[in-house]
Amino acid sequence: MRPLVTLRSLSVTYAGRDHAALKPLDLDILDGEKLAVIGESGSGKSTLALAIAGLLPATARIGGDLAWPEIRAAGRRRPQGGRDFGFVFQDSAASLDPMMPIGTQIAEVARAHLGLGWRQAREQAKSLLARVRLPDPDSVMGAYPHQLSGGQKQRVAIAAAIAAGPRLLIADEATSALDTIVQAEIVGLIRRLVEENGMTLLFVSHDIALAAELCDRIAVFRDGDMVELGATNQIISQPRHAYTRALLAAHIGLDAEPLLAGARHG
Amino acid sequence: MDKPLLTVSGLTRHFPRSATRVAAVDGVSFHIEPGETLALAGPSGSGKSTVAQLLLRLIDAEAGSITFKGEDWLALRGAALRARRRDLQLVFQDSLAAFNPRTTVARALDAPLRIHGLAPRSERPSRIAALLERVGLSPMLQHQAIHEISGGQRQRVAIARAIATRPSLIVLDEAVSALDVSLRGKILDLLLDLQQQEKIAYLFISHDLAVVRAFAHRVAILDKGRIMEQGDARKIIDAPQSDTGKALVAAIPALPAKA
Amino acid sequence: MRGLFRFFRKPETVAGILILAILALMALASPLLFPGDPQAIAGPALLPPFQDWSLPLGTDRLGRDVLAELFYGARTSLAVGLAAAAAALALGAVIGTLAGFAGGIADDALMRLTDAFQTVPGFLLALAFVSVVGPSLMVVVIAIALSAWTGPARVARAEVLSIRERDYVAAARVAGMHPLEIAFREVLPNALPPVLALSSIIVAGAVLTEAALSFLGLGDPNRVTWGGMIAEGRAVLRSAPYLSIVPGIALVSTVLGVYLAGEGIVETAAVRRGLS
Repeated sequence: MRPLVTLRSLSVTYAGRDHAALKPLDLDILDGEKLAVIGESGSGKSTLALAIAGLLPATARIGGDLAWPEIRAAGRRRPQGGRDFGFVFQDSAASLDPMMPIGTQIAEVARAHLGLGWRQAREQAKSLLARVRLPDPDSVMGAYPHQLSGGQKQRVAIAAAIAAGPRLLIADEATSALDTIVQAEIVGLIRRLVEENGMTLLFVSHDIALAAELCDRIAVFRDGDMVELGATNQIISQPRHAYTRALLAAHIGLDAEPLLAGARHG
Repeated sequence: MDKPLLTVSGLTRHFPRSATRVAAVDGVSFHIEPGETLALAGPSGSGKSTVAQLLLRLIDAEAGSITFKGEDWLALRGAALRARRRDLQLVFQDSLAAFNPRTTVARALDAPLRIHGLAPRSERPSRIAALLERVGLSPMLQHQAIHEISGGQRQRVAIARAIATRPSLIVLDEAVSALDVSLRGKILDLLLDLQQQEKIAYLFISHDLAVVRAFAHRVAILDKGRIMEQGDARKIIDAPQSDTGKALVAAIPALPAKA
Repeated sequence: MRGLFRFFRKPETVAGILILAILALMALASPLLFPGDPQAIAGPALLPPFQDWSLPLGTDRLGRDVLAELFYGARTSLAVGLAAAAAALALGAVIGTLAGFAGGIADDALMRLTDAFQTVPGFLLALAFVSVVGPSLMVVVIAIALSAWTGPARVARAEVLSIRERDYVAAARVAGMHPLEIAFREVLPNALPPVLALSSIIVAGAVLTEAALSFLGLGDPNRVTWGGMIAEGRAVLRSAPYLSIVPGIALVSTVLGVYLAGEGIVETAAVRRGLS
């Protein structure tokens, strides 16, 4: 598979900090793959997502090279949000304008990047809302973000992210603020949309089991370093790095040994 | 068998929401024995947080009764209620929001000791140090500002604050949900250790049934303000009977079976 | 240390601080530089400035040293400005916190009280108060505070309404803390920053109100005030304009200095909170 994005010695240090949030990193995001970036807080996983999206603060010091080979070949210098990639944040409030109706927000993305007229853009928005399985797209078109539940807002955020048909979908802890049932639904939605549109997926999460269910490759990060990268099967069944093993061991699944000693009545 | 520590019966509270009144909690009944952990699980909007708020008297119940240590808990008011609060404490999900942004670790732990007159001023520093050690932190942490310490340390301080008054029951409101995976197990171990030593009961609110299965004795599954099923945690989660229970269990991401 | 450097980065802030520093020096140094009564006759009447270097700014209608009066006037302006603003902020913060935290009938009652005070133009309120009670420095301070507390009260209440819903306030209730202790120990200190952001406007307003009251003859008659000096200069405005212009410039500079420095502080504090 051809690489969609290539990172060579990419490093990021935020202003006012002396240690790097992301240490020099070499990574290829392959066209059409579903890549998970796993780590705990401070691992640099979100920094990586923001760097690829060009969303780092202007004061951050960025080293190394981040390239989109196809965009460079086409003569454009920089990837465009909405057109080349879509970004879904953990907090949908970061994606949605609280003062604008949902339909207008999604239509704006379509208009800006696809050059559609208003009516066409709104039709596009409505069909997107149906694609993300929102019940009653007509009424959602005119609704405001605060009238929707967390899961519904995230569906809208995903619709806005894919409105202009980007090649890459970046989900930065997109399900971490949702309860397990909604999380499973959103993950299923992401899987379906990515496969239907032939998109590449960069899935940032702290939940290794969730990543393993969804993605083909997993990159494990710790303190700004990528400690392991490999196919999902290999990472789960034959982890090479001690930290990966520790993460897997710490995961509490349905088959985990109960922590309780035994009967409750003493 | 001893009488239950806590008995909740027919607890009801509505929230006015435009035209229709939504029952956030509708006739919820359960009990907790001394020293046991009852988990309250359910999807978001199921009312589990509202149950906690009603129990902690942060909002008022419209109907129902709560008996805590043999007393009518809902009838208490003013100074009597404040005094009894030492027996029922709370740990939040967000440890940063749970503390006054301007406070230090020492001041945060001093407050419950001072309010309930548990130690004269001269003794408090040593009690605070003992509390910090009990939750696995160095007493040197006392003088740090609350935002200077790490999330894991802060949650331990929150637990120290909760046990400072030696309560019989602690409400753990998604208390480990926001923690890193590697910390989660350690905090759960600490909580179990405290439970065994001090015979503290827990009301463990969580949407993660895998953790509930590992940590709780019994579980009550909520949806739309009602209890769908309750009973032994492992029995229910291994074989849920209610639709909500089945959906919650099915939604848990599972590590693929090792090849 | 880093915070201080940021503080000094904007030229306007530096200018403001410089002006305030000069003002403070004037106020503090006045008894040293001009020992004795500034209202004593120091030379011939209506001496223009820059003629006699022992009287650099000349003399007024009665022969009093204008420069000495200027310096002593700084003491009054600064003292009244700061004291009145502090009183207004304290009173407003307390009332706003009580209203926001208590809610219900107490909130309604206190807000109606705030409305009542707010509908009366501040200056007229101060004027009426001083006229009734009598002119003295303390009365002027109280009068200005009464006219300026409503702004801080509303800002404090708005902050408190938001803070009330935070987890740490619930934690204090669960801990069994008494409501008054929660209001003043947990809530008020966190509600203060936006209230304090009003301080530069309030100090500036207080300085101007005091000057206006003195101009009208309602200031403390035993003290030298810039407003009083301007009033005295009115009679000879055409022949000796410097008598009114000099204290006028001092007044404008003070208000400007307070405002620039205050804005600088607010911005630094906001940046610091934004970055953390």
